Amino acid sequence: MDLTQFRHHAETTRNDDGTRSGERGLIILLAPLVILFLLFLTIPVASLFLRITPEAFLESLGNPVVIDALFLSLITATASLGIVILMGTPLAYLNARTNYWGKEVVDTLIDLPIVMPPAVAGIALLMAFGRRGVVGEYFSAFGIQIAFTTLAVVLAQVFVASPFYIRQARASFQAVDRTYEEAGRTLGAGRLRVFFRVTVPIAWAGLVSGAILTFARALGEFGATIMFAGNFQGRTQTMPLAIYTTMQGDLNDALCLSIILVVISFAVILMVKYITRRLV
Amino acid sequence: MRKITTLAGVLAVLLVASLLAAGCTDSAATAAPHETTLTVFTAASLTGAFTDIATSYEAAHPGVKIDLVFDGTQALRTQVEQGASPDIFVSANAKHMNALKDEGFMDNETVIYFVENAIAVIVPADNPANITSLADLAKPGVKLVIGTKDVPFGSYTRQVLDKMAADTAYGPAYKDAVMANVISEETAVSSVVPKLVLGEADAAFVYKSDLQPADKDKVQRITVPSEYNVVAEYPLGILAKSQQKDAASAFIVYITGPDGNAVLTEYGFDPVQASR
Repeated sequence: MDLTQFRHHAETTRNDDGTRSGERGLIILLAPLVILFLLFLTIPVASLFLRITPEAFLESLGNPVVIDALFLSLITATASLGIVILMGTPLAYLNARTNYWGKEVVDTLIDLPIVMPPAVAGIALLMAFGRRGVVGEYFSAFGIQIAFTTLAVVLAQVFVASPFYIRQARASFQAVDRTYEEAGRTLGAGRLRVFFRVTVPIAWAGLVSGAILTFARALGEFGATIMFAGNFQGRTQTMPLAIYTTMQGDLNDALCLSIILVVISFAVILMVKYITRRLV
Repeated sequence: MRKITTLAGVLAVLLVASLLAAGCTDSAATAAPHETTLTVFTAASLTGAFTDIATSYEAAHPGVKIDLVFDGTQALRTQVEQGASPDIFVSANAKHMNALKDEGFMDNETVIYFVENAIAVIVPADNPANITSLADLAKPGVKLVIGTKDVPFGSYTRQVLDKMAADTAYGPAYKDAVMANVISEETAVSSVVPKLVLGEADAAFVYKSDLQPADKDKVQRITVPSEYNVVAEYPLGILAKSQQKDAASAFIVYITGPDGNAVLTEYGFDPVQASR
C-alpha cells in the first residue's frame, strides 16, 4: 500500500552499478517477460476504447442511466471518503502513537475488509443492518430503513474502502518526527493545535494519497453494494452496478461507463504518484 | 545478484511450464477415451432443476460430465456473442435465443421449446407486510423486488403489470403504485429469493418455478391469474460450433424425456411436447 516504498526500491535498483555482466544478462532475460506483462495489462484497457465509436460514446453519455450512475457514484464515494477521514484519522493516530493491549487485533480488524470477498462483506452488512439484522432490527423498530437505501451504498463503500486510508494515515503519522511535536508543545500549543498545525502538515502527502486510494476503491465497489443496497437507478445503482445491468441490454452504455471509470481510476492513481513524489 | 538471476530463471521456467500445462489440459482431457464434458449455459431460473437432471444423467452415463453454467439469460448470451463456446444453450425466453439464431451461433435445427413457466408473487413465510392479494402490492411502504427490464423475468413482470393496468379492476394507478414500491431491480432470479428468505423484502415478482421444494416453509406464493399472466417459453438448442453434437443431443433427449420432465414438474415448470 505504501507507494513511497516502491519508489525507494525503484531508485536503488536504478542507481545500481549497471556495468556488471550479471545485471545485463538479467535485463535481457527479463525484458520479454516485462513487455509481455505490460501488454497483458494494456490490451484489455485499450480494447474498451476500441470497441465503441466516439458518437456512440457521446450518445450513451446522455443516457439517464449513465448520468444517474455517474452522479450517484461521485456523491456516495465523496460521502464515504468524508466518513472514513472523520472516523479513521483518530484511530490511525491512536495506533501510530500509543501501545495498548490488543492493538494487533485492532490492526488486523482494520485490514480485514481488504481480503474479504465482496459478497461476504455484503452478507455481513445485511446481517448487521438489514431489517432483521443484529442492529438493523432496532432501527426498524423506529421506522428507520438502512438496507436498500443510498445510505447502504455509503456504508458498503466505507466498509470495503476504509483500510486504504487508515493504513496509509497510520504509516504517515508514525513517520512524523516526534521532536517537532514536542517543540510545538513546549512553545505552549495544545495537543489539538499541535496535531493540526504540526503533525497533519508533515504527514499531508501520505494522508492525501491514502484518501485518494479510498475514494477510488469506493468508486469501484460492486459486490457488497448489490447484496446490501440492491440495484435501483438513481438510488443505489452506482457505476459498477449500472455497468453490470446495462451489459444485459445495451453494451454501448456498459462500455461508456467502463471507460469513464477507467479514466477516473487512472487519473486517481497518477495523482497519488504525483503527490507522493512532490511532497515526500 | 546471482541469487536474483537464479530466482528469475526458476520463475521464468515455472511460468512457461504452467502456461504449457494450461494449454495442454484441454487436449489431454479429450484424449482420454469415453470422457465427454458437455458445457451447458443455463438460465438462472432453471438452477435447481438442471442441477438435479445433470446429477442423475451423470449417474446413468458414466464417462459423461455435465458442466452447468448458471446466470441471467442475457449475460450468458453476451458471453456467447463474445466467444464463449458451450455445447448447449438454455434460454429463459425466445428473444435471446432468436438473437443467437439470427447471429448464426445456434444449430437452428436443434432449437426447441421444452418447458413453459409463468410469473408469480412470493412473500416471506411470516409475511411482514401482510400481503394476501395482488391488490396489496400497491399499498404504500411495501418493499418489492423485481427484475430489470432486460432480464426475461423482469420484462414478463412488466407485461403482467401492463395487463393489470389495462383492466379496470386495477387500472394504471395500480401499476404506478406497485412500481413506486420497487426497492431493487435484480439481474438474475437467483439473487431475488435469498432477499425474501432473509425477510429483507416484502414481496417479489418471480417465476412460479422459483418457489422450490426446499423454500416452502420460508416463502409462500401468491398466484397471478392466467388472464394477467404470461406464458414464458423456454427454448434450448445446440451451438453451431459444438464439437460434441451427438452427446449434446443425447442429453437433450433425456431432458425432454420422462426422467427430465419429472424433475422439471417437481420444480414447478410445465414441460411441453417438444415444439419448434
